[in-house]
Amino acid sequence: MNVMSARNILALVFAAFIVTGCASTGSTEGTETVQQSDTSGSDASATGLGDDSGLSEAELAEQQRLAEERAARAEQDALREVRVFYFDFDKSTIKPESRTYLDAHAAFLSANPNQGVVLNGYTDERGTKEYNLALGERRAKAVQDYLRFKGVTLSQMETISFGEEFPVDAGHNEAAWTKNRRVVIEYK
Amino acid sequence: MVIMRWFISFVFICVSLSVKADLVIEITKGVRGALPIAVVPFSNKSGQGLTEDIAQIVADDLLRSGDFEPLSRSSMLSLPGRGEDIYFRDWSMLGQRNVLVGTVTYDASNQSYKVQYELYDVQAQQRIVGKVIGGRQNQLRDIAHAIADSVYEALTGNRGVFSTKIAYVTLEQGKGKPQYTLEVADADGRRSKLIFKSPMPIISPAWSPDGKRLAYVSFESGKSAVYIQDVSSGVRTLIASYSGLNSAPSWSPDGSKLAMTLSRDGNAEVYVLDMRTNNLKRMTDHWAIDTEPSWAPDGKSIVFTSDRGGGPQVYMMDADGGTPRRLTFEGRYSARPRFSLDGKTIYYVHQRNGFNVAALDMETGQSRILTETEMDESPSVAPNGSMIIYATQRQGKGVLAVVGVNSGSKYTLPAQFGDVREPAWSPYIKK
Repeated sequence: MNVMSARNILALVFAAFIVTGCASTGSTEGTETVQQSDTSGSDASATGLGDDSGLSEAELAEQQRLAEERAARAEQDALREVRVFYFDFDKSTIKPESRTYLDAHAAFLSANPNQGVVLNGYTDERGTKEYNLALGERRAKAVQDYLRFKGVTLSQMETISFGEEFPVDAGHNEAAWTKNRRVVIEYK
Repeated sequence: MVIMRWFISFVFICVSLSVKADLVIEITKGVRGALPIAVVPFSNKSGQGLTEDIAQIVADDLLRSGDFEPLSRSSMLSLPGRGEDIYFRDWSMLGQRNVLVGTVTYDASNQSYKVQYELYDVQAQQRIVGKVIGGRQNQLRDIAHAIADSVYEALTGNRGVFSTKIAYVTLEQGKGKPQYTLEVADADGRRSKLIFKSPMPIISPAWSPDGKRLAYVSFESGKSAVYIQDVSSGVRTLIASYSGLNSAPSWSPDGSKLAMTLSRDGNAEVYVLDMRTNNLKRMTDHWAIDTEPSWAPDGKSIVFTSDRGGGPQVYMMDADGGTPRRLTFEGRYSARPRFSLDGKTIYYVHQRNGFNVAALDMETGQSRILTETEMDESPSVAPNGSMIIYATQRQGKGVLAVVGVNSGSKYTLPAQFGDVREPAWSPYIKK
């Protein structure tokens, strides 16, 4: 019974992922479109510079739109600075607070399909080394699955687990363990 | 106080001078009721100074087993080198049950030593063992361990494990760059030998049943891969480097197969590689983590860790495959099972407050906790089943520790530098 219900839950989660995945794929394509119009937009303003006779309302709106886009891009860049994502003990569930940042990575990676990443999974020192190696992999795969359903191609991503090796904090307490249970996104 | 009454606690430090990767034995808990034995310094008739104190090595071995309480040398009233020189009344007065005496001679023609030793029962005034062992200077420690084995077997009825080896991994944090080494040392932590060195992690060393090879996981390529290395020749063979995990090697009792964990098909599953045919068989099929396989001594089943029930627990399946059966139910974390050599007990890591080594009795299904520190893991059973070596932490440093399964005796083997972890007790090594 337990196994059955667990499977059902898994199926539900999977279905939910597919739905989110489809939705986000749509938005990713949207982003690409925006960037294309962005390029043509700047070409237009470059030609516009020659016969300068004050900016029309349309041109002002266009400049504001570009400024907003730059700000949005800067914000996205800033979000992508966050490359370490934390997990609870013996868990590989992505925390809600990680999503905004992962979404930024997903958007960038799907817009740059030649960019590869390595997802490095780690655990804290508690528990057995081999189980932790598998747990580290499961964490890396959880991030991989999330990015994939947000539009990143599987071939862009590689997962490696180091288990409890290479702790960020060598301490033997909860503060250290919290920092060590992580997935690090490494851009190639 | 109760503990004080039950145990004679003392610390016995034997400082290792030569090799830095050697481990230093510190006995933390002796046992009341251990058999008193007088190991008399061996009479040196070799005509030259000896590089090893053979009787001391024997006494240390016996002490570490937890089954013996060797008499201190300063209490000895005489130092006989041969049976005919023993005054039994003296030893009886000192409360000794047995006396071991020996004499070392040297044969210059073939540059070898001869050690003649005799074990006596004090009360019966009878010789129990009388033997001669020979060897060269660099074999004096082997000779000592062989004598300890023979004394142990004569008095307990069990084969001794003093001539066996331990494999372990050390980690030193150099100037920002970690260095991992895989070492093999004598069971007393001495005479360590470097097997493999890497700036990347090394984990899960596992002895082949003949004690000649080690399988282990090395991350030298940047990710996990399974290797087998011949201990004496150093020859290495890459066994598995599929995409994903390649880890947790475990030899079948006949040495022909290697169980391991691979995630090449998506997630961590147990596989068995037949090393004669190169046939790889997938043994588990579940979305949960399945790892840490270990063969039963009869080769008929494999135990492993799975979190298919929500958290890691120990399961067992037929070596031919089939539906796994869950073995552990208590607590939220039970992992990395290892069979005792008689197949009656499974040792594993159990989380209660901290992580401890536990023993599951296969007949009764009852578990008991064997260790009491916070981070005890990687238990490995001595080939006579009397002791478990495991990894733990002391003052924030990784050390190895040994606990007597029945005696409860304990000792630790810290590295002189850095951390030591991942112990694997060798089987009896076939010559």
